[in-house]
Amino acid sequence: MTYSKDFLENLYRMMLRIRICEESLVDPILKREIHCPVHLYSGQEAVATGVGAALEQKDYIFGNHRSHGHYLAKGGDMPAMIAEIYGKENGCSRGRGGSMHLISPENGVLGIVPIVSGTISLALGAALSIKIKKEDKVTVSFFGDGATGEGVLYESLNFAALKKLPIIFACENNLYSTHLPINEIRTNRTIFNIANPFEIETYRVDGNDVLKVYETAKKAVEHCRNGMGPVFIEFLTYRFRGHVGPDDNVQGSHTDIRPKDEIESWLKRDPLILFKSYLMENNISTEDKLTLIEQSVETEVNAANDFARNSPKPLKEDLCEYVFK
Amino acid sequence: MYSNSRKLNFGLAINEAIRQMMEADDTVFLMGQGVKSPWYVGNTCNGLIQQFGEERVIDTPVSENAITGAAVGASIAGMKAIVVHPRVDFVLYAFDPIINQAANWHYMNGGKSSVPVVFWLIVNRGGEQAAQHSQALHSMFAHVPGLKVVAPSTPYDAKGLLVSSIMDENPVVFIDDRWLYNSQDEVPQEMYQIPIGKGIIRNEGTALTLVSFSYMAIESQKAVDDLKQQGIDVEFIDLRTIKPLDTELIFNSVKKTGKLVIADGSWKTGSVAGEISALVAEHCFQYLKAPIKRVCLPDVPAPASSSLESVYYKTKDDIIKTIKEIL
Repeated sequence: MTYSKDFLENLYRMMLRIRICEESLVDPILKREIHCPVHLYSGQEAVATGVGAALEQKDYIFGNHRSHGHYLAKGGDMPAMIAEIYGKENGCSRGRGGSMHLISPENGVLGIVPIVSGTISLALGAALSIKIKKEDKVTVSFFGDGATGEGVLYESLNFAALKKLPIIFACENNLYSTHLPINEIRTNRTIFNIANPFEIETYRVDGNDVLKVYETAKKAVEHCRNGMGPVFIEFLTYRFRGHVGPDDNVQGSHTDIRPKDEIESWLKRDPLILFKSYLMENNISTEDKLTLIEQSVETEVNAANDFARNSPKPLKEDLCEYVFK
Repeated sequence: MYSNSRKLNFGLAINEAIRQMMEADDTVFLMGQGVKSPWYVGNTCNGLIQQFGEERVIDTPVSENAITGAAVGASIAGMKAIVVHPRVDFVLYAFDPIINQAANWHYMNGGKSSVPVVFWLIVNRGGEQAAQHSQALHSMFAHVPGLKVVAPSTPYDAKGLLVSSIMDENPVVFIDDRWLYNSQDEVPQEMYQIPIGKGIIRNEGTALTLVSFSYMAIESQKAVDDLKQQGIDVEFIDLRTIKPLDTELIFNSVKKTGKLVIADGSWKTGSVAGEISALVAEHCFQYLKAPIKRVCLPDVPAPASSSLESVYYKTKDDIIKTIKEIL
């Protein structure tokens, strides 16, 4: 496939927006300006970016505890997200949700929650609503390798296949389920074929290659839009930070989890470095152009952080607002 | 008020509420295990598949968690789902979508999204069905912020409360009892609503306040009728909704009578009856002339054998005995 320069540079810009936004949170977390649990998406940007680019604004996504990238790639507002992480009234969830409850209904970001597998069945229902209303939309359910331990995933695969629902099961396999490496939670490191017994179309792709992610997601979206039922995609990727917060969970530290050489080998496969090389080696973008993009993203992220810091906290007297509509 | 009422049983009153709401609103749909089968849902779903098709009346695999979650997700995406669990015991598999997701949804998303879903749960006890087919779990739902819980006792209330539940923009647990399904009542043909959160005085009296709901309201009415024969006028409140509670109705009655008995069809510990007792003690202490009494199930799982069932489930006789203890 050939792509326009604008399209490719926009992919790069989106991945950078996610990375720089995520890394901008590290300092405020360490300084305790941010209190809520934050699960950084650094390292997995190509997945959200590639899938997001294959979707339209009308399509739906549901996410999990590590969903800043999904929210941004689907069009969510960055200042509203960072304000939410800071617990501010003009955050996207008015400071009632924090980092793990982002929402942007106007952009199809219908729900993000930290209960592992908790949104898979919600995405299933959104896909069911599309089918009942005969709409031309698709729903993406993002979840991690840890979610393969939850029964509701298999119930949802069965029902989606049975009713041929327009849903993409997007499994980001970053090799760790919180603290446990994948070989301690499954007998088999391969995930995508769990959907095979349900007769669901399945793919396994390099989740650090944004174009491969995009191309696979595009095929899956077309499959769903054509009424051919669900698709399951396993994206192989790696989180650069630890499960929660900026800690990298390296072996030998107090969160003694990941081998140093494993982390280093994945850092060489940083999706941003890979894509930057692709753009330059194919003479699509110049170093100067990519630097300009980076500078403009840094300006955007700084402004979003300033907005969040300068925003008010919710009023104490409003504690009981929003229990019911 | 309604000119075209006729006798209808409880199941057909529910059927009429669903049918009229599905006719009035294309976004309303019904799903759950057994909606094709009278063995699961009695006559409540008669004719619905024929009228609305299998896309809007969906019989499902035995997957309570995913199916309940799908009802929640569809409602987030603009539908109004009714998801039925013909035995409430099985809904324990689905506490995540009901409590973690639906109940918290509007709050944790800062009011940006709501879940207009109805969880229709049927308590299904007696008949030696034992511990996993007989539980009345309404108190567990009433504990959770963000859920409304209604518990009708008559066909008239079942229709009006189900219509209100479907129209509500928030998640509503509509919990009824298989023992009510053969009851008959005058039910208007047209669609009507009974407001959620409002109880009703079924019998005015001054001797004592009796509060109940769902099937225990039937036993309570029998007790009230018997006591009337003995010259004792009990004020009987049928709550209709157990969350939010109609505290004003309860408090005003207790202020008048000074005595309170609550009949609740579930276990005593952590019950709705316990909550009402606490509220009355907090707000009406100076009016009380006797200890508050509760008629509840003992803190024991439901037994199978009918000899044990006969003492496990409470009846009008238990209510009368308890009332007489504090008269």
